[in-house]
Amino acid sequence: MASPAGNSTLARGLAMLAVQIQKRLGEFTVDTSFTSEGGATVLFGPSGAGKTSVINMIAGLMKPDHGRIALNGEVLFDNSARIDMPASRRRIGYVFQEGRLFPHFSVGRNLDYGRWLGGHANDTAAFSRVVDLLDISHLLDRRPGKLSGGERQRVAVGRALLMRPRLLLLDEPLASLDAARKREILPYLERLRDEARVPLVYVSHNATEVRRIATRVVRLEGGSVVATGGIELLDATQADVLA
Amino acid sequence: MFELSPQDWTAVALSLRVAAVSTLVALPFGIAIAVLLARGSFWGKSLLDAVVHLPLVLPPVVTGYLLLITLGRKAPLGAFLADLGIVFSFRWTGAALACGVMAFPLMVRAIRLSVEAIDRRLEEGAATLGANSGWTFVTVTLPLALPGVIAGMMLAFARALGEFGATITFVSNIPGETQTISAAIYTLIQVPGGDADALKLVIISIIICFAALLASEWLARRATARLHGA
Repeated sequence: MASPAGNSTLARGLAMLAVQIQKRLGEFTVDTSFTSEGGATVLFGPSGAGKTSVINMIAGLMKPDHGRIALNGEVLFDNSARIDMPASRRRIGYVFQEGRLFPHFSVGRNLDYGRWLGGHANDTAAFSRVVDLLDISHLLDRRPGKLSGGERQRVAVGRALLMRPRLLLLDEPLASLDAARKREILPYLERLRDEARVPLVYVSHNATEVRRIATRVVRLEGGSVVATGGIELLDATQADVLA
Repeated sequence: MFELSPQDWTAVALSLRVAAVSTLVALPFGIAIAVLLARGSFWGKSLLDAVVHLPLVLPPVVTGYLLLITLGRKAPLGAFLADLGIVFSFRWTGAALACGVMAFPLMVRAIRLSVEAIDRRLEEGAATLGANSGWTFVTVTLPLALPGVIAGMMLAFARALGEFGATITFVSNIPGETQTISAAIYTLIQVPGGDADALKLVIISIIICFAALLASEWLARRATARLHGA
């Protein structure tokens, strides 16, 4: 359980993100607790471990049966206090596995959607910073239907960033891409972690990806946290994860 | 010579007005009911579904008669509305109402199908970007359902142009007020030697329906192309 991020401060409830949730999904039960101090927290585990359910509950797209979710000291969900903030008010960015870009808007309008709805003034500096970071300036007038898989996921990351999220959730953003496209996008995600100063919660079952992104690893199995620590967790468990 | 009498022109203009007004007024209700049926789960949903479809399966004369006994001047509801200045019986507004009721199930079916086909995960995406349910509906659901909305409007417009039984039962056949193309054709062929005049109106109605069909095809194709990134 050794951790470079330091577990001792987490235990005292000073965490930026504190998650403690239970949810029954048919025969399966998600019962998960973890905290994050920023950086890139990776939820790592085999398919069916409940990783996506956990971040859907953080985003407000799924309602836990019990528990509490707090971000920067603000309670987003607490069933004993009957608090359940709607997803639209949580200001948590979400990069979905399949992008989920709006097919009826251009790339530019997709990118601008969250800023526009949030009622923020048009910040061209922030816009070009994100567009440059992700290298998508040549795509702005295109429709999502005409993008490659890698381009689509970069635009999805940009769209989530431009809503000025307090936290960015990424659900296997590279899973639908081939190896070459993965290599294309990973550097952007590393830059995102290092330059954008938005804490990330990153869901993955791919050890190579996790090794490059993670500052902290939360290992999930059967809906529960089985280990928390740094990327050294991967070496100990890779064998049975791949099995 | 293809010349129409002033009375024929009146019937054509009235038909277009009745069909356009009934389609436009029915549209917000059609969208609301379609979304309710596509998305809602509530007690009495299948009952609502059945009631909406009733005008499609009932004989039009029955629908017209039901309108007459609920909204006629002597009926309580009709008298109440008349006090408010809303009169349907023997007015063109009544013809529009009858056409709207008859066309409603077709409109709802077309819109409902397109709403059901929408990928709801896009709406979840909108929620994470800060869109509440109202904004999600306006910026995502409705634009994605647009081809179905256009198809529904077209079907309703064509149905309203062709409506005869419910209209003539509810608001009779008064030239200049409730005599639509269909009613005018019916009147003409009752008159000895009126067949030739009836044929002119038949040709006019074929032209109108054909134009409406082409226009809606074109609009729907454009809307679909926009969705898929042209």
